[in-house]
Amino acid sequence: MAWLVNAILTMVLLLNLFLLSVSRMKSLISGVALQGIMLSILPLLLVKEVDPLILITALVTAGIKGWTIPRMLDKALRDVRIKHEVEPLIGFIPSMLIGAAGTAAALMMTIHASGLHHPKSLLVIPASMSTILTGLLLLTTRFKALTQIIGYLILENGIYIFGMLLLAVVPFLVELGILLDLFVGIFVVCIILNHIHSAFASLDTRRLTSLKE
Amino acid sequence: MLHTTTPQLILSIATHFLVPLAIAPLFPGIINKVKAAMAGRRGPPLRQPYLDIFKLLRKTLVISNTTTWIFFAGPLVAVGAMLAVELLIPIGSSPAPIHFAGDVILFVYLFAAARFFTTSAALDTGSSFEGMGAAREVSFAVVSEAALIFSLLIMIRFSSGLSLNTLLLAPFKQGSVGPRLMAAVGLFVFLLAETSRVPVDDPDTHLELTMIHEVMVLDHSGPLLAAVQYASSLRLLILINLVLLFIGPPHTGIPILSWVLFILEASATAVLVGIIESVMARLPLRHVPTLLAAAAVLSGLGFILALR
Amino acid sequence: MFPLILLLGAALLLMVAGTLGLAAKARASWGQMSATALTCLGGALGAAVCLDVLLFLNGPAPVLTVRAVYPNWPLHFRLDPLSAFFALPVFVMAAAGSVYGQGYWNERRHPRTGRRLRFFYGLFVAGMVLVTVADDGLAFIMAWEIMALASFFLIATEDQNPACRQAAWIYFVATHLATLLLMALFALLHAASGSFLLVPLPAAAGWKIETALFLLALVGFGLKAGIMPLHFWLPGAHAQAPSHISALLSGVLLKIGIYGLLRILTLLPHPPALWGVMVLILGSINALLGVVYALGQHDMKRLLAYHSIENIGIILMGLGVAMIGAATDHPVWEVLGIAGCLLHVWNHALFKSLLFFSAGSVISAARTRQIDALGGLARHMAWSSNLFLVGALAICGLPPLNGFVSELLVYLGLFHPTAGKDSGIWALISADAVILAVVGSLAVACFVKVYGVVFLGSPRTERAAKVHESPGSMIAPMLLLAGLCGLVGVFPLVVLVPLSHAAAVWMGRAHVQGMLIRAFPWGTLTVLNFSMVVVAVAIFYLVRISRRFIPVASAPTWGCGYSATGSRMQYTGTSFAGILVGLWSWVLRPLAHGKTPIGLFPKPIEYETEIPPFITDRATHTLWHYIKLGTRPIRWLQQGSVQQYLFYMLAAVVVLLALIPFGNLFARLWGH
Repeated sequence: MAWLVNAILTMVLLLNLFLLSVSRMKSLISGVALQGIMLSILPLLLVKEVDPLILITALVTAGIKGWTIPRMLDKALRDVRIKHEVEPLIGFIPSMLIGAAGTAAALMMTIHASGLHHPKSLLVIPASMSTILTGLLLLTTRFKALTQIIGYLILENGIYIFGMLLLAVVPFLVELGILLDLFVGIFVVCIILNHIHSAFASLDTRRLTSLKE
Repeated sequence: MLHTTTPQLILSIATHFLVPLAIAPLFPGIINKVKAAMAGRRGPPLRQPYLDIFKLLRKTLVISNTTTWIFFAGPLVAVGAMLAVELLIPIGSSPAPIHFAGDVILFVYLFAAARFFTTSAALDTGSSFEGMGAAREVSFAVVSEAALIFSLLIMIRFSSGLSLNTLLLAPFKQGSVGPRLMAAVGLFVFLLAETSRVPVDDPDTHLELTMIHEVMVLDHSGPLLAAVQYASSLRLLILINLVLLFIGPPHTGIPILSWVLFILEASATAVLVGIIESVMARLPLRHVPTLLAAAAVLSGLGFILALR
Repeated sequence: MFPLILLLGAALLLMVAGTLGLAAKARASWGQMSATALTCLGGALGAAVCLDVLLFLNGPAPVLTVRAVYPNWPLHFRLDPLSAFFALPVFVMAAAGSVYGQGYWNERRHPRTGRRLRFFYGLFVAGMVLVTVADDGLAFIMAWEIMALASFFLIATEDQNPACRQAAWIYFVATHLATLLLMALFALLHAASGSFLLVPLPAAAGWKIETALFLLALVGFGLKAGIMPLHFWLPGAHAQAPSHISALLSGVLLKIGIYGLLRILTLLPHPPALWGVMVLILGSINALLGVVYALGQHDMKRLLAYHSIENIGIILMGLGVAMIGAATDHPVWEVLGIAGCLLHVWNHALFKSLLFFSAGSVISAARTRQIDALGGLARHMAWSSNLFLVGALAICGLPPLNGFVSELLVYLGLFHPTAGKDSGIWALISADAVILAVVGSLAVACFVKVYGVVFLGSPRTERAAKVHESPGSMIAPMLLLAGLCGLVGVFPLVVLVPLSHAAAVWMGRAHVQGMLIRAFPWGTLTVLNFSMVVVAVAIFYLVRISRRFIPVASAPTWGCGYSATGSRMQYTGTSFAGILVGLWSWVLRPLAHGKTPIGLFPKPIEYETEIPPFITDRATHTLWHYIKLGTRPIRWLQQGSVQQYLFYMLAAVVVLLALIPFGNLFARLWGH
């Protein structure tokens, strides 16, 4: 099954670069949804035997990450009637190249540092690092509030991948707890966004500084 | 593949050189047929590109009076470079007759030479439209070249060879599937860009402002235009072949059978190109570099994965 | 010893070539004729000696000790294949440049500056020759200063032009900075090895001193070679000097910097792989940014100058691969890298000088360096335009010309780490091949822009429509260079022996030729390139014949239904490079002045774009500003009267003389 895990993780890596290079909010949201669904398959492939609990949590994760959250984001996008273009601080090609460089560095580091010098070895650590990097890049270089949420989602995905390493030690339920927190967080932010929008007619995070008083 | 006798060797070289020359114009025909079928039309017959070329060869050559000999050199160098490339690259499972360590670079630079002369020929007419096309051509090639080199590096890694014959005919081995697939996808985008296909360019449009390749040849006519069209169909075939070699088509020991297989596989790829062309829209020009850069990054990550 | 004496004789001949003409009247032609004749004689003699050493030298290199100049400080000279390799282009280019100067800087058109130019020209080329054969620090610095000062006067030839004066002064500062660092370098070398002779350091010297020497050499010689960000003098100087001087500056002077770096590297016992990585990265940055900056230029000669930076980058990439190969014990990488580095030195000398010569031909015909003011020159200047095309194809590294051979060597050097099973992390350096490929395609874009906009299409201005072909004295040297480009490209075998001899000196090992033969497809490439040329010629005649049988009609260029197209509507160089400049705007930071037209019937507006110099240039300006501020208290020392400066010199000498007894006293006190 190692090759399948590696294939999924490679797809995740590529999705990261896709997320950094797209300019339409819609594509960004569906990209994150796809990433979430792919990640939810991972625990099934990594445990020795699949017990019902793992199956259920995987299903729930897939449902929340692949369906519920994207639907909420879509709705927010429609409700607040903003332009459907991502507003980047640095251009799409440079952010993709930065992401690619980070991914390459992560790959090289794990390949040559930890003795994973074998085609069968798993890509878990580099994939996790690259995903976290992508999340941080999106958080720091995009202006819209919705892209901020997506940034957090990707960041969480990265941590989730890292959690795969600890699957044997930490119960999977903990992961589910984190997911729940995130879910509630996003729920709240989406509602708040709607309210901010109706009050201030802008969702640019650069202007949110005027809310501080 | 070992050849025991000289006649056999000559025969195989002759097939390697002549078969692609003969079948090249078939593939634009296939793409057009697929597009017509997807749009619910009957479409031109498969042999239409051949007919076009023969018709053009008989037509009067109209030459702009601002041009110099470069205007002739453009299409001729393009055809010549493609013929030379054909001798350098294995086609299907038939190895290339000319091979040496580093012919990879000759392969890449022959494309560059063709580009130099076709774009110069476009500027030679003094038309702003053709200048525009030439500018786009050279600019986008910069990005797509990176994808090509990364892909070739992947194969160098897996085959430890520096000649196209050894590196492109290398069998699959453990761990090479992922990077090779990534490179193949990157190269497919390269193919779409280099052969002026949707989503990079639209070969059918007559809006000069949005085109890349086609706008460069607005002033070419008669036999020169035939040369341009023949060169572009050869280029399509060679690049389809390149992508196929990365995926690794099934090898058979019998030459005739493997040629048949190759033609089938290449037609399937052409059908895929046709389908993509029918279902996708052209990208805005400003997004083209992003697409090409994505292809390069894809192959680049493949290279990093191949280093394991 | 005999070859070395001949070579020094040739250098002397070059040096005095312009002196004779000083006695001539300003407009007399014999002064120029005699200078050219002597330079050609010296050039031919020197080139023959260099070729002899490169092809047939077996055994120890000839050495010579000259005691006549300073009896206590003998000057040492040595002529090994590495020296000969770098001296050969100097001789060839000196001769070619002086013939070109006959037409380009004719004494009738430039009576005021002609004699001065020829005098310093001789000093300059002779200085470069002497640098390559100097075998001790003292001789090296002396030759270096002759070369540097003479080139300053050459750049300042048109000193009535303020831009030219400014470029010359910037060069002056840069070259003195380099000299200062080189003095430190040789002093340190003396401290470490005990003599000024350029002998290998003892292995016990320690890594600290080795690193210091390497860094001093990299910065000192890098200033001369134009390694970014030390290239700040380069574009201005190349653009403002007369074209044949630009050709020499770019074709050979920069290479003297590379020579110095290579020579110092042969002296250091164990250069670590990290330095190789450093040089490789520097080279990649140079190559990439050089060509990107070139794309944004509007001035033909500035554009070519930035391409010199690009090519120095490619040379450094080869050197980097060689250094990594040497440090990690991979002789194949090493030999391919150094061979690529060295061959590109020759190739760049050939094609860049050819390009500067043909650009000069355009400039003297059309009286402007602005690319966008030209167009359609190929109709009236067939020779210049076709020769420029040869140079452009060669610099883009397109087969079958010489640039392809040296770039292929560098590519192979970069590919080997990936192909090898034992290379480990070094396989990563193969990714640099992508940068080289991107640089290659950017170079294609850039030269299609220059060639297409300047020579093809229709003339954009009155001036460009009324040009005439340059005289034969300018065409002949270009033909020679183009022929050499073709020779190296079509028959790469001719450079195998010289290349392997010079590479052997750098690598410090025997049997380099056999390694080079095994590592590179010399024979196949020769056959292929030759057959490419044969096919091209065949097609040329075929087309010529078939044009009789094909019905041909002539018509104006089709404007897609718009019938009022004019030459001003052609795509300009600026718009041609627009997409790429946009893609690289994060490093180029292009500036636009003026307004964009508004409305249906806009009034005429003025609009111009420019690419400001590299960011460090701005940093340098700021630095100068603070130096000026900081030195304000001692500004009164600077009054501008000659007597005062002479007094300072006298005072300095007196103080130094007075210090000697004190110095001895101190030395005794410290117990030495």
